[in-house]
Amino acid sequence: MSDVFAGVDVGASRTKVALLAADKHLVGKSVMRSGTDFQSTAERCLDEALAEAGQKRSGIKSCVSTGYGRNNVSFRNDTVTEISCHARGCYHYFPVAMTVIDIGSQDNKVIRVDARGRRTSFKMNRKCAAGTGAFLEEMSMRLDIPLEDMDGLARNAVETVELGSYCTVFSGTEVLEKIRQGKAVADIVRGLFLSVIKRVLEMDILSDTVVMTGGVVAHNPFLVEMVKELTGKEVLVPQYPQFTGAVGAALFAIDI
Amino acid sequence: MAETALPKRKEMVATKTLKKIMADHFYELDEAAKSGYRKIAWCTSVGPAELLRGLGFLVYFPENHGALLGATRMASEMIPHANAIGYSPDICSYLTSDVGAFLQGKTPLTAAYGIKSVPRPDVLVFNTNQCRDVQDWFSWYGRELNVPVIGVHTHRDIGPIREYQVKDIASQIKDLVPKLEEVTGSALDMELLREAVSLSKRTSELWRACLEAASAVPSPWTFFDATIHMGPAVVARGTKAAVSYYEMLYEELKERINQGTAAIEGERHRLYWEGMPIWGKLRPLSEEFAALKTCVVASTYCNSWIFDQLDPAEPFESMALAYTELFIVRDEGYKERYIEECKRLFRFDGIIFHDAKTCPNNSNNRYGMPERIAEKLGIPTLTINGDLNDLRCYSEEQAKTNIEAFIEQLEGA
Repeated sequence: MSDVFAGVDVGASRTKVALLAADKHLVGKSVMRSGTDFQSTAERCLDEALAEAGQKRSGIKSCVSTGYGRNNVSFRNDTVTEISCHARGCYHYFPVAMTVIDIGSQDNKVIRVDARGRRTSFKMNRKCAAGTGAFLEEMSMRLDIPLEDMDGLARNAVETVELGSYCTVFSGTEVLEKIRQGKAVADIVRGLFLSVIKRVLEMDILSDTVVMTGGVVAHNPFLVEMVKELTGKEVLVPQYPQFTGAVGAALFAIDI
Repeated sequence: MAETALPKRKEMVATKTLKKIMADHFYELDEAAKSGYRKIAWCTSVGPAELLRGLGFLVYFPENHGALLGATRMASEMIPHANAIGYSPDICSYLTSDVGAFLQGKTPLTAAYGIKSVPRPDVLVFNTNQCRDVQDWFSWYGRELNVPVIGVHTHRDIGPIREYQVKDIASQIKDLVPKLEEVTGSALDMELLREAVSLSKRTSELWRACLEAASAVPSPWTFFDATIHMGPAVVARGTKAAVSYYEMLYEELKERINQGTAAIEGERHRLYWEGMPIWGKLRPLSEEFAALKTCVVASTYCNSWIFDQLDPAEPFESMALAYTELFIVRDEGYKERYIEECKRLFRFDGIIFHDAKTCPNNSNNRYGMPERIAEKLGIPTLTINGDLNDLRCYSEEQAKTNIEAFIEQLEGA
């Protein structure tokens, strides 16, 4: 059994593990809620990914952790920030100059990568949940609809109800107002997607090819379609967008 | 990539003297406030301190007290008390933390020096070159303590300095004299004023030399060290104690350079800090940069107490010029050229802009400057969201991730 390289992305909401073979192929992956015990979650997530890969812990040659909980992973050999990992992961799948948009549960990132895969700049959202997965989670609670239903609702909407505020609390009030006005829930959800996209687009200019990653993108493919329509740009999405950071971490693990 | 152990920091020998100067400053003020043997003027950080010394005042700087409230992390607890009386959380958090502390009868001077309260002023003197908030800040105390509030209203967004601007500021400073003489009951002694200007100039020259010592590679000290050692340049400029202190500090820095002593062992990267310090996070930030083998070598903030133009032969005009030359009142073009000059001198390979939520005047990232500078100088910039004193506006985890990612970018990740 050949060695594997592990990337562990302990995000604010979900922990993701990606295992790469030496030839950089994804051989195992797992995702679970990060919870409050990052170390234990990382271990369980790792074991699940190892099972998928038909591997044991002894088969791990090296491990890099990333994400907010990166320092809580005791079995890591090194840590790299999620910004570098997303850039690296995206370039692995699409080796071109690109702008990466990562929409996570707690933060958004817009990262520029040149044609040689070197990161040239990055921006993270300011100290506010606007435009993040947390915003959509909050709104799904306000609308009393399961998070996983939002993509389908937005896709089937007839209109887009525009929301003017970017504060999550103010948006919540605005949503209630729209419901009072008799607007369709589906149209409101599409409006929420538009709100997320606007927050991201105001962070930086999108140059070159756009690559989108993160849990919000993984679970809401219609949001990607809206970005394409709004920007008129080609938007690429890796096969497993939620794992891009973990894949990037595993690629860094190969370098060790 | 971030798995480096924290390198050992070498304590500056001068720190002991620094502590004594700061302690003496506050004890002298406390004694004067209790006994009334000297009049006390409160002055904004770049207000006409030399004039006040020339008139025989002891000078107290509320902004220094604001920084102490920040550094001791008392500020976040005090700010809400000022918010509650109508001073918005969006305005200067020096103001809100200082006013909040006064309302609560608290001061960091108690824990540090056993001093119960800030010294009661006989007059409050501002210069709006820092911002309009200083005037509102002093006006609150003026009403609360029934003390006269006087000041200088600066010009802003200044490109090349015009004669009319200097004449106007000089005239405003001169206009303060009769009002201040009324408080002291004695006439301005021009010789004392000239001496204060002369000492202030010498302090400024030495402070510049100390800051420029960081142009050495490796740098003998960091921005974080300088924020502490600038104390006498702020509170004691115009005194012999400040001059002696910086002579001593400069010698120590020269010795460090001669011996190749690095503030950050194995210095790999050099950065510039633009904007206010995050007072309550100086230590963790300093340690984080040290662990990343990165020396923050220079800053606009510490450079703001260099007053090249002071001239005892023309005290009023030269004070006017020195206080009008300040970075903070200049236009964007000047500021960009200034940072460009600093890059030439300090040879840094990246710039951190601190976007201080409550200090728009000292946050230069908001009108596209980081992007313009990055393009012009060919170096990356990073903006950190935070605040000088209000730690509710600062996410430590986000800032850490941003800083680490920035260093990874410098290393080619």
